[in-house]
Amino acid sequence: MDIKYDRRSFIKTSTMSVGAAALPLTMVELAFAKPSDNFTFAYISDSHIQQIKGTQFVRNWDRGLIRAVAETNLLTPKPDFIMYGGDLAQMGNKPELDHGAEILSKLNGKVYHVMGEHDYYLDLGEYWSKLFGKQYYSFNHKGVHFVVLNSILTYDDWTFNRWPSAEQRMAEMAGLDNPNGSPFMVGDKQREWLKKDLAKVKKDTPIVVFSHSPLQKIYKGWNFWTEDAEQVQALLAPFDKVTVFYGHVHQIQYNQIGNIAFTSAMATAWPWPYPQSYAQAQQLLPKLTVQMNRADPFFERDATGWQFIDVNSGRASATFNLYNNTTRTVAFDPQAGHPKDKTYQDEDQRISPQVHY
Amino acid sequence: MKIASVIACAALALSVTGVASADEFTKEDLARWQEQFDGVVKQGRGLWTDSKLGTNGVVCAQCHPNAANTHPETYPKFQKQLGKVANFWEMVNWCIRNPLEGNQLAADDPKMIALISYATWERRGVKLEPGKH
Repeated sequence: MDIKYDRRSFIKTSTMSVGAAALPLTMVELAFAKPSDNFTFAYISDSHIQQIKGTQFVRNWDRGLIRAVAETNLLTPKPDFIMYGGDLAQMGNKPELDHGAEILSKLNGKVYHVMGEHDYYLDLGEYWSKLFGKQYYSFNHKGVHFVVLNSILTYDDWTFNRWPSAEQRMAEMAGLDNPNGSPFMVGDKQREWLKKDLAKVKKDTPIVVFSHSPLQKIYKGWNFWTEDAEQVQALLAPFDKVTVFYGHVHQIQYNQIGNIAFTSAMATAWPWPYPQSYAQAQQLLPKLTVQMNRADPFFERDATGWQFIDVNSGRASATFNLYNNTTRTVAFDPQAGHPKDKTYQDEDQRISPQVHY
Repeated sequence: MKIASVIACAALALSVTGVASADEFTKEDLARWQEQFDGVVKQGRGLWTDSKLGTNGVVCAQCHPNAANTHPETYPKFQKQLGKVANFWEMVNWCIRNPLEGNQLAADDPKMIALISYATWERRGVKLEPGKH
């Protein structure tokens, strides 16, 4: 009895330390200006929890989120909070959102949520809001002003008049390459709210914005796109330090537009091809982006993962914890004035698997 | 028997007179062949987004929008995970068995041919590079 107990606790302890050793624990940069202003948070996105029937869910996608939650809980130092970047569900129904929320409930710490299109287009976010609260909001944390937007809205005619059922509307928006979809947007109402929200904020306050879709235009065919991106960027333009984080794209992307640094999140579910690998279309993947490794389909977690964000003097450094790949860190470089991959940014540092075609 | 021999005679007569040589085809033929191909591509796109292709509702298009990142132009190639030179259909079956948790298809199953037709059509214009990684 005692032996059994001892062995069990040993396994538990050793598993914990193996997990912890695999995590990037040394990445907190030295603080220089005001050490109290530096902090970290975890960023998990795009889990696409998918119901098969009843209480059966697609195992592969469940595992991705369960792993992200377990690893996030091992982080030392403990992150100040956790941001969930949207697309918790695949078809936006209650069983999927409930199941996803149950997995997320194991996280130790405050969780903030971003709305994804897969969470929204069945009931227009009604059940999601019951679980997670407001669809757009802001908060202040250690001198940084955080803004969360619902960027996956679209034209009213598409949302309200086009489809005979809510289920069909959801299914049409769920297909990334479905030509019946519609471009994402933040919309007039939220932009008006954002304008008012930012009016209270000093121009030298660091701003961090979360959206699900990129607040920049990359490839419309897959909705790597926000229709009113320029108008949102214009509202952010007067601030000295702006960082935008987004999900949706299931791949590493980063960019700099004016004063705004953009960084995407990996999915915990599955990776997406870079749009340039679709031979029939033009796309605008930021030149700055060093692409993630091409995924090995035989490792179901390859090219998926989650992020650990270090906010230092108001600038962000994102560490991509890739389940079957070397960890990557993309950090804002104050001298260059844009985000840079810490290892692979120089042309001669790139590796063969980063070539996509 | 009688009908068959009449057809055979007619065919012989045509070839002798040169009315329709085997290497001749008309615009109508071309249009019909294209239509046949397009129909199979369309079926392939249907299967690519069909939640019933596997058993768990996952569809090909979830990971491969517009069949991107499938690279049909690089097959046959050495597939390190299989330890041999493999063809495209073997990788399609890998996906059907694993992420889709489904039953694999025969190489000449009309569904397999439709899936390959669709993926290859989305890759049209890209040069053939068998063996490429």
